[in-house]
Amino acid sequence: MRGCIPAATLVSVNAHRVLSRIKSGREPVRLATRVTAMDAIILQILNGLDKGGAYALIALGLTLVFGTLGVVNFAHGALFMLGAFCAVTFNKLLTLEKVTVDPTQLTPWGTPAEIKTSLVEAWLGEFGKVLVNYSVPVSIIAAIPVMLIIGIVMERGLIRHFYKRPHADQILVTFGLAIVIQEIIKHFYGANPIPQAAPAAFSGTAQVGMLLGMGDAIPYPWWRLIYLFFSLAVIGLVFAFLQFTTYGMVVRAGMRDRETVGLLGIDIERRFTVVFGIAAVVAGLAGVMYTPVLPPDYHMGMDFLVLSFVVVVVGGMGSLGGAVAAGFLLGILQSFASMNEIKSIIPGIDQIIIYLVAVVILLTMPRGLMGRKGVMED
Amino acid sequence: MFGNLSRQDWILFLGFSAVVLLAPILFQPIGAAYPAILEKFCIFGLFAIGFNILFGLTGYLSFGHAAFLGVGSYAAVWSFKLFTMNVIPAIVLSIIFAGIFAFVIGFVSLRRSGIYFSILTLAFAQMSYNMAYSVLTPLTNGETGLQLTLKDPRIIDAMFITPGTGLPRSSLFGLEISGGGLGGFYFTAVALIIGFYISMRIFRSPFGLMLKAIKSNQNRMRYTGFNTRPYLMAAFVISGVYAGLAGSLMAAVDPLAGPERMQWTASGEVVLMSILGGVGTLVGPVIGAAIIKYFENIFSGFNENALNSVFSFLPDTVREPIVKLLSLFVGEGWSLTLGLVFMAIVIFLPGGIMEGVRLLTSLFKKGGNGNKPAVSGQTQPAE
Repeated sequence: MRGCIPAATLVSVNAHRVLSRIKSGREPVRLATRVTAMDAIILQILNGLDKGGAYALIALGLTLVFGTLGVVNFAHGALFMLGAFCAVTFNKLLTLEKVTVDPTQLTPWGTPAEIKTSLVEAWLGEFGKVLVNYSVPVSIIAAIPVMLIIGIVMERGLIRHFYKRPHADQILVTFGLAIVIQEIIKHFYGANPIPQAAPAAFSGTAQVGMLLGMGDAIPYPWWRLIYLFFSLAVIGLVFAFLQFTTYGMVVRAGMRDRETVGLLGIDIERRFTVVFGIAAVVAGLAGVMYTPVLPPDYHMGMDFLVLSFVVVVVGGMGSLGGAVAAGFLLGILQSFASMNEIKSIIPGIDQIIIYLVAVVILLTMPRGLMGRKGVMED
Repeated sequence: MFGNLSRQDWILFLGFSAVVLLAPILFQPIGAAYPAILEKFCIFGLFAIGFNILFGLTGYLSFGHAAFLGVGSYAAVWSFKLFTMNVIPAIVLSIIFAGIFAFVIGFVSLRRSGIYFSILTLAFAQMSYNMAYSVLTPLTNGETGLQLTLKDPRIIDAMFITPGTGLPRSSLFGLEISGGGLGGFYFTAVALIIGFYISMRIFRSPFGLMLKAIKSNQNRMRYTGFNTRPYLMAAFVISGVYAGLAGSLMAAVDPLAGPERMQWTASGEVVLMSILGGVGTLVGPVIGAAIIKYFENIFSGFNENALNSVFSFLPDTVREPIVKLLSLFVGEGWSLTLGLVFMAIVIFLPGGIMEGVRLLTSLFKKGGNGNKPAVSGQTQPAE
């Protein structure tokens, strides 16, 4: 649904450009510069969309947790980071190597050569190679159960006891939890970012312009395009789950009026636990797929958390659609603000645009873009 | 506006001052008696006291207080660079700038409350941090941080003394502040005591009472015809000024200022300090600040070798796993310990250490309910 937006704007923009060319009769040179400016704009939109995809996925989980459990979860960024490290761990497991010393061969400096063979490749042959190549997308399969368990344990073990406590307490305890998770990861994986490669088939750039019939001026990394579609798919799945399944319907009813649903004999607490697990999975998947874009390190969760909170608040606390829309909107705005043309007009705008937008929206629209009435208003 | 302090308050104040001033002797046994760490205790104590005036009294959780600290630091260093190495103008300048900055941010942020307020303050702080890093480089010297150089004009100093070789040190009319001597410590200690006194007066004043009323029920306050906004504004600016003062002291004892002082993790740190010590209590935040800074110094200095020597009496087979396990929590992993302790405090003891102290004393004085200790006149769960 959202994926067709660039194409749609493109068509109208294209038509508009042709029209203006007919009207003004500009010479081709001028036209060429206009085309590149247009390309730059499309490129920025694409840039913004994939970053926006990450924001939207994290913000979606945050809002889900907030809407159902009423808990402000500052450890949500840590879940994103844990997802990314699921991919790292999976990759490490796949590339475990057996070192055999071969005394017949010598290295150039005279020691017996060590031959490293990947265990997976040794066992599975060609398929093992494919598996290693596709370790990032394949680790999704591993990440889903892991993140689900982490989420459920977190809810049962900690968050559950904070339903009745004030929001400030929830923020504080989850902030503490985020520090703890982050430090544990730092202890085991070190402080340096660990780059993850995208599958070889997707590591090049896509000629998006060609795909859209615009010429070859818009090169764009394949993986980022995939990330965009992946995030759209996950968002679609979450919405479909909430909208079209009975389970989702009960959850939505619980978001509206928890007590009544409980009186109907439904164990709403358990459903909410599952919802927390789903939110953790969504954040985790966002992290897994983001690893080729941004090498994961232990504080990436915190970096994204601050922005995601801004996204949630801009979208409106408790509004799922708002979170997604605001995620993409802020992603696009941020990438536009980092264009040189714009930076030369307002220096430094790229650094502060998101916060500036948040401040303006919060002050003019107290409920955010799509906030429901009565949710966290004061 | 300021009511009279009770006898208990005076005892508390005198006791507090005595402990602070005698710190170089009292903290000798725990190995924290050198000026650098004592100065940190005082500076962060001051920062936490200021934060507590906002969060402890009104319940507004600001996640952007480090911005004021950073502004204070930058203002102080600029004063050192442009005017004089005397710390008084630097402090005055920092207070003015931090106050103005807090007024502007507070004016906007205080339109909302609850989590929206937290996010707004966070947004402003991150904006300041990002700008200090990028656009404002001429003012802040970007990542390197603002430092003193030999080419600084220092107009006022240049009129009276001929500059010596090397970088000058900050001073208070001849008393050396920077450079790691006890002069720096006593200067910050006096600032802490004055700050503590003012905070105590605020807590005991009708104004403080008004702020507490805002915390417990702002709507009811409004229904009775009070305009709560000016009170909140005043509290916000006061706590911003405290942060600015802390920032200027930081610059006074070590004349440089970097943008990382404004990052939101720095704001998070002062939240941790206040919660750990006890939000809404008078001495709690100072204790929290001291504990965090103390253990930060001690724990992060520990490494596996140190642990090995501590447990050297154990047989190797037992020692190794213990050392492995403990090394998770010390040295680099010190933040892990901090996070765990912090979580435990929020979960089990929302009133912080001061509540723990209160519980312990009431355990010893059975039935002494009306006999509240002077220390925590109004301990209540964090909100």
